[in-house]
Amino acid sequence: MNQAVQAAAPAQKRKPKETGVPENKKFLHPTLAKNYGDWKYHDRPRPGVLHHVAHGGDEVWSVRAGTQRQMDVYTIRKLCDIADNYAEGRVRFTIRSNIEFIVSEEAKVAPLIAELEKNGFPVGGTGNSVTMIAHTQGWLHCDIPGTDASGVVKALMDELHHEFVREEMPNRVHLSTSCCEINCGGQADIAIIVQHTKPPVINHDLVANVCERPTVVARCPVAAIRPAMVNGRPSLEIDESKCMCCGACYPPCPPMQINDPENSKLAIWVGGKNSNARGKPTFMKMVASGLPNNAPRWPEVAEVVKNIISVYKADARPWERMADWIDRIGWPRFFEKTGLPFTKYLIDDWRGSRANLNASTHIRF
Amino acid sequence: MAKKLHDTPNLDQLETGPWPSFVTGLKELAKDKDYVVDLLGQLEESYKTRKGYWKGGTVGVYGYGGGVIPRFTELKNEDGTPKFKDAAEFHTLRVMPPPGMHYDTATLRQFCDIWEKHGSGLIAFHGQSGDIMFQGATTENVQHAFDEFNEMGFDLGGAGPAVRTAMSCVGAARCEQSCYDEAKVHRAVLNTFLDDIHRPSLPYKFKFKFSGCSNDCMNSVQRADMAVIGTWRDNIRTDEALAKKWFAKHGMDELVNDVVARCPTKAFQVKELSKIKAGEHTSTVAVSDTHGVEISNQDCVRCMHCVNVMTGALAPGKDKGATVLVGGKSHLKIGGLMGTVVIPFIKLDTDEGVEQLVDFAQRTIEFFAENALEHERTGEMIERIGLTNFLDAMEIDVDPAMVNSPRMNPYVRTDGWDDEVAKINAKKQAA
Repeated sequence: MNQAVQAAAPAQKRKPKETGVPENKKFLHPTLAKNYGDWKYHDRPRPGVLHHVAHGGDEVWSVRAGTQRQMDVYTIRKLCDIADNYAEGRVRFTIRSNIEFIVSEEAKVAPLIAELEKNGFPVGGTGNSVTMIAHTQGWLHCDIPGTDASGVVKALMDELHHEFVREEMPNRVHLSTSCCEINCGGQADIAIIVQHTKPPVINHDLVANVCERPTVVARCPVAAIRPAMVNGRPSLEIDESKCMCCGACYPPCPPMQINDPENSKLAIWVGGKNSNARGKPTFMKMVASGLPNNAPRWPEVAEVVKNIISVYKADARPWERMADWIDRIGWPRFFEKTGLPFTKYLIDDWRGSRANLNASTHIRF
Repeated sequence: MAKKLHDTPNLDQLETGPWPSFVTGLKELAKDKDYVVDLLGQLEESYKTRKGYWKGGTVGVYGYGGGVIPRFTELKNEDGTPKFKDAAEFHTLRVMPPPGMHYDTATLRQFCDIWEKHGSGLIAFHGQSGDIMFQGATTENVQHAFDEFNEMGFDLGGAGPAVRTAMSCVGAARCEQSCYDEAKVHRAVLNTFLDDIHRPSLPYKFKFKFSGCSNDCMNSVQRADMAVIGTWRDNIRTDEALAKKWFAKHGMDELVNDVVARCPTKAFQVKELSKIKAGEHTSTVAVSDTHGVEISNQDCVRCMHCVNVMTGALAPGKDKGATVLVGGKSHLKIGGLMGTVVIPFIKLDTDEGVEQLVDFAQRTIEFFAENALEHERTGEMIERIGLTNFLDAMEIDVDPAMVNSPRMNPYVRTDGWDDEVAKINAKKQAA
């Protein structure tokens, strides 16, 4: 830090200790620390349980449970009580906000599962299950949300509970939700993303004071925003024939309100794959849109997601992820089997889009 | 006792059903905190009107320029006062977890005590960037909470145009597929950039993610400006006892349909034992008294599929390291971009190897800081300037492992061709 700034600061201010990312060794379960980098294989004795065996013969069982992610301290303390009384005091979280309790004795697994279930924590999310939805902040905390996150996830996971606690899918199914088109939820087998359908509504009284106009102009992917004088004040205007309603202008310029209770819709995307297993990683593709932002339980979204999951479950072969399955059956059959309408909006016209068109006679009849 | 709850008919509907309910949790907190009573009031209003009511601002801790996500309510009465005054400020602290997100319960309980005292009592494990999200504190309490977390040995993560909090998989701590020490490399890289994490001054965000193998559990190819993904160069290892055990349980149909047929480069074959040929680049293992597996490792792309299906029977080789990809990002502005291979293989099992990676990360961020446009991610910058210009600046030789295929159009000036060939030949001779 700048010395001058430091000298001017009041004496009672505490200087931060810039310690960065903490060492994880002291948090590891002792058996994990002992066998660090020396694991031989694992299996899954039942859904929600991973069993790892080290080269030296040590074993650990990890019991995975779903959480609401946004947790109150009472819930966290309850999980700690379970970890102290039924496990061995060490836990970790997965990338999808599941908690894992690690134990070194098989006999502890069943009582631990019973205690978790008794307290309302579903045990599952391993292997070929539908695991917890990667999600964002939504109305609870985001400054630009088109919808909620935790509520959408709660509503959907209630519906998908059966698929979380069992391993009955062809391969793992990763879901994500995103409250705007920035897509903080990320690539997934099935993703739910806000899709705005109308250009932003501009409050011209506020733009001059709130927005750095050149920044906003530069932020638009299709150059649809330009500076303008409106009612004698500097503001911005939108070429609505160019605007594709992405909402990129809204974060740098909140007076360009993109969220709309009726016209901000939800879209469903499928076939994103993060892993390099079999094929290379893939981006997901939009397959449905125009679904209403119907809080508090978004039933129309749940219906489409559940339908895609049930068709995939019935039709895909073992180890086929959503993307692998669609590669095999082809897009026409995907739309036929799911009953989703293939509209003109699903034909890509963004940059590089011709690579997405079929330049062959490969058509399944 | 806190004040009376506002009516929340919408949120109440999220208290039924088998999945744990964040609404029930918030109501528990609201029994003691007016702060959360009013948070629920505002959230219910969002459910009613389908609009968000938070705006950003400037809130931080002394000595840092980032790491706190400020939120002020925009839900106001006609006279400009907040409609839910006790939740008018609801800032989040982003705190970096230990790599792999391991905890002991004492630490979690201490987090709870601090956040109950200074904040709302709501904690997300974890945000999409990989931070512990301590959600909901007033401007005044942000500093108090941070001081206590910081004394515990935890530090703030990134926000804004900064190096962001990184993520690494469970890795070597519990996974047999791990190809390097993810936690060690994660810390070595991230802790080099503390100034760029805490004092946002880059063109835009820069994210690192560390996955121990190409299953890429951290989704780094699609999300990270720099993805470090474990791999190996030598042959897949085999274990005959576990291979026979696998085959006894799963049989020939599954071996053929789930493994052989799904190998992306057809490197994996099943043969009668008498027809299996050993070789320098071949892995072989019997699965029964009559049949075995033959893997041509030079054709194998280390995708992990067969190793995933037959874990233990097959395992990554011993000559381990990582592949580094640069430029992954999500949609805005030009569309989603995946990372591009920039370092096909780097050894990370020595301090020297880790230092090489740290040095490469430093040079990448320096180049990004100097050359990216405002709000441009690394992948967008590379798309604008071309990969070869980026490689030139990084002093990295081109490699066919970096492309899907060579160029498909003639629109390039090639008058330096002979010089390039001469350089390649000179390097070959010097090697």
